[in-house]
Amino acid sequence: MVEQVRKLLEKRVESAAELEKLRQSILDKKDSSRTCVSVCGGTACRAAGAEAVVDAFVDEIERRELQIQVELKETGCHGFCERGPLVVIQPKKIFYQQVKPEDVPEIIAETVLGGKVVERLLYVDPSTQEKVIYEPDVPFYKKQTRTIFGANGEIDPTNIEDYIASGGYSALSKVLTGMKPQEIIDEVKKSGLRGRGGGGFPTGRKWQSCRDAEADIKYVICNADEGDPGAYQDRAILEGNPHSILEGMIIGAYAIGSHQGYIYVRNEYPLAVRHARIAIEQAMDYGLLGENILGSGFDFKVMINKGGGAFVCGESSALMASLEGKIGEPKAKYVHMSEKGLWDSPSLLNNVKTWANVPLIINKGADWFSKIGTAGSKGTMIFSLVGNINNTGLVEVPMGITLREMIFDIGGGIPNGKKFKAVQTGGPSGGCIPEQFLDTQVDFDELTKLGSMMGSGGMIVIDEDTCMVDVAKYFVEFLKGESCGKCTPCREGINRMSEILNGITHGKGKQEDLDTLEDLAGILSAGALCALGQTAANPVLSTLRYFRDEYLAHIEQKKCPAGVCRELIQYSIDPETCEGCLRCLRACPTGAITGGKREVHTLNQGLCIKCGACYDVCKFNAVIRQ
Amino acid sequence: MDLTLDFPKVKAIVESYTEKVDSLIESYAGNKEQLISLLQDIQAEFNYLPQDVLVKISQKLDIPLSQVFSVVTFFRAFTLKPRGRHLVTVCLGTACHVKGGQRMVDKMERDYGIKPGETTEDMRFSLETVNCLGCCALGPVVVVDGKYESKMNPDKLDRVLRGYK
Repeated sequence: MVEQVRKLLEKRVESAAELEKLRQSILDKKDSSRTCVSVCGGTACRAAGAEAVVDAFVDEIERRELQIQVELKETGCHGFCERGPLVVIQPKKIFYQQVKPEDVPEIIAETVLGGKVVERLLYVDPSTQEKVIYEPDVPFYKKQTRTIFGANGEIDPTNIEDYIASGGYSALSKVLTGMKPQEIIDEVKKSGLRGRGGGGFPTGRKWQSCRDAEADIKYVICNADEGDPGAYQDRAILEGNPHSILEGMIIGAYAIGSHQGYIYVRNEYPLAVRHARIAIEQAMDYGLLGENILGSGFDFKVMINKGGGAFVCGESSALMASLEGKIGEPKAKYVHMSEKGLWDSPSLLNNVKTWANVPLIINKGADWFSKIGTAGSKGTMIFSLVGNINNTGLVEVPMGITLREMIFDIGGGIPNGKKFKAVQTGGPSGGCIPEQFLDTQVDFDELTKLGSMMGSGGMIVIDEDTCMVDVAKYFVEFLKGESCGKCTPCREGINRMSEILNGITHGKGKQEDLDTLEDLAGILSAGALCALGQTAANPVLSTLRYFRDEYLAHIEQKKCPAGVCRELIQYSIDPETCEGCLRCLRACPTGAITGGKREVHTLNQGLCIKCGACYDVCKFNAVIRQ
Repeated sequence: MDLTLDFPKVKAIVESYTEKVDSLIESYAGNKEQLISLLQDIQAEFNYLPQDVLVKISQKLDIPLSQVFSVVTFFRAFTLKPRGRHLVTVCLGTACHVKGGQRMVDKMERDYGIKPGETTEDMRFSLETVNCLGCCALGPVVVVDGKYESKMNPDKLDRVLRGYK
């Protein structure tokens, strides 16, 4: 009896059967008719004020003494960041957007108690002007296939029992009780899963070479050093469903014979770090991590390491150097990390999304997985759809969806009636894809054919007001700062590209600069040590390929057609439309604008520093930028 | 170059935290590979990495001082200079860039005379940039002392910063 009580207190699950028993008891305790208010607690919704909304719900539920009838849950990211803070009322999935604390009493009174919908908080479909009541009917979610990401809206990431209730850790118990390590690897191979971090290397093959490598000590690593600007899906999974990653890692460790794992996560993601830490502690308490997992005799521990803010550490060998407490310099790749990685031991490194796919493949089978997607790219992919787009957020779609469906059907098109110009995929290693390829099917191989790449899933939509030379310069400047400096082609090559692009955007470009850029690109891809340098020229090459006319306008006419490059533009005030309202005059930091109330203002070009403050504040479109 | 001595106030803080530093270093003793995590913890305490603390780390963890310095200067998260009372972080991720994030950096330089990595003379503001905070829906994003300010423009930044003395 004492022993039983002790076990109960320790919560340790000793076998697969006990896990099922625990799952059943959690489900039995749950009352399915009970209303559950789930508030999105992802970083973006928090920044938009979700925490105050949660507090308001806590207060209101307490005030009305509804603790028994109503469950309140702060979940991970739901994906529709544009409309945050998001609130979903379960089980009906009534979807409220841009909720403020003052809306909370009404939601409780009307929806939770009265069963009525609060109309003004509903999402209005801009194309039909119709109000949408239920979450799955929102156009943003309708075309998605949320196999990995769907659980984010249902689970409280700080409560392991939520994950277990949703079927969590059943894949782990399946492999520990009935599958040999080689069978797991065969299943992963058969699924066709490819690495979601960028390169798209077949995951099963990586696992196999790590299993075949002979060594006493092996490591498993989760790469959550998501450094691509404009990509944040890895963070959203780690924040919203950390146990799914842990479960994938434990399965991987069992398959290759490893007993120590690491999660390498960006320090800029404090919430992800916190949730991963809580998840590890809880999994240890429940005997799902640590020694003798589920009574199988298999041991595995996971530690968290926070990155130091170096983009290059997303590269596997640089990441491992950083894990060893050294500076994050990559190594040459003739030795594979899966054979000789962290502390020279075989190391299995996969991206967050790759790990999150593993429990699904084990549970639902390789055949189920490989039915989703295209011939060469299986499963779903999570993209962050950002930039000049109406519905900014995270979307999970089957491989093979077209860019047009993603940007216009899910993303809702370009704001302010502007024209679509390009979509940038693959981060600083990727490229810009112009309008004529909008019907391209998105998968690893198709994007590479267009001179871009999948990368870790960033998708930045660019409208007509964006200068493509400036975009190329932006990425080159980014990589200039992030190049570790170890190899000469990358260190010097990117610097030269940056000088040339700066020259072009300052009106000092020459025709032959474009050839030099192409030459440098060839040297980088042939000579750089790691992928950072090898792919560094992609943003330049792809913009040169599709937007050469913009480069030529900068070089020949000394003009920036999009009106972005400061040295090539001029502000002026149109005397016909100026109302003399003094707004621009007050906003100008250098006193370049003169005039009196109700008098047409004038702009002194000699004093103008082209900051654009006047352009921003003018209500009459009287400030002209050209 | 002993930066800590130039700032009597900071020096006092360093001294009051000596115990904290020792216990932090102690908790990582023998764990050379945890150097980066330790440095992050120290920086979280002081806002920067005081040089005498680095010497202490080198001795306690038995890592050559040169290696500690190479790590500190390699990663952009670390700074050897004391930071101001308020940290202004401008996101320059791609989404914020195409929405005009750079103009916030220009504004800081124009109004306060500081570039990224610099601190105003009165120690009021330090300016940093970051390559993406993953709040792309809210861009351009500026974070002041951990508080996210969304959909920024230079004029709005001005109003926000007035609240930080």
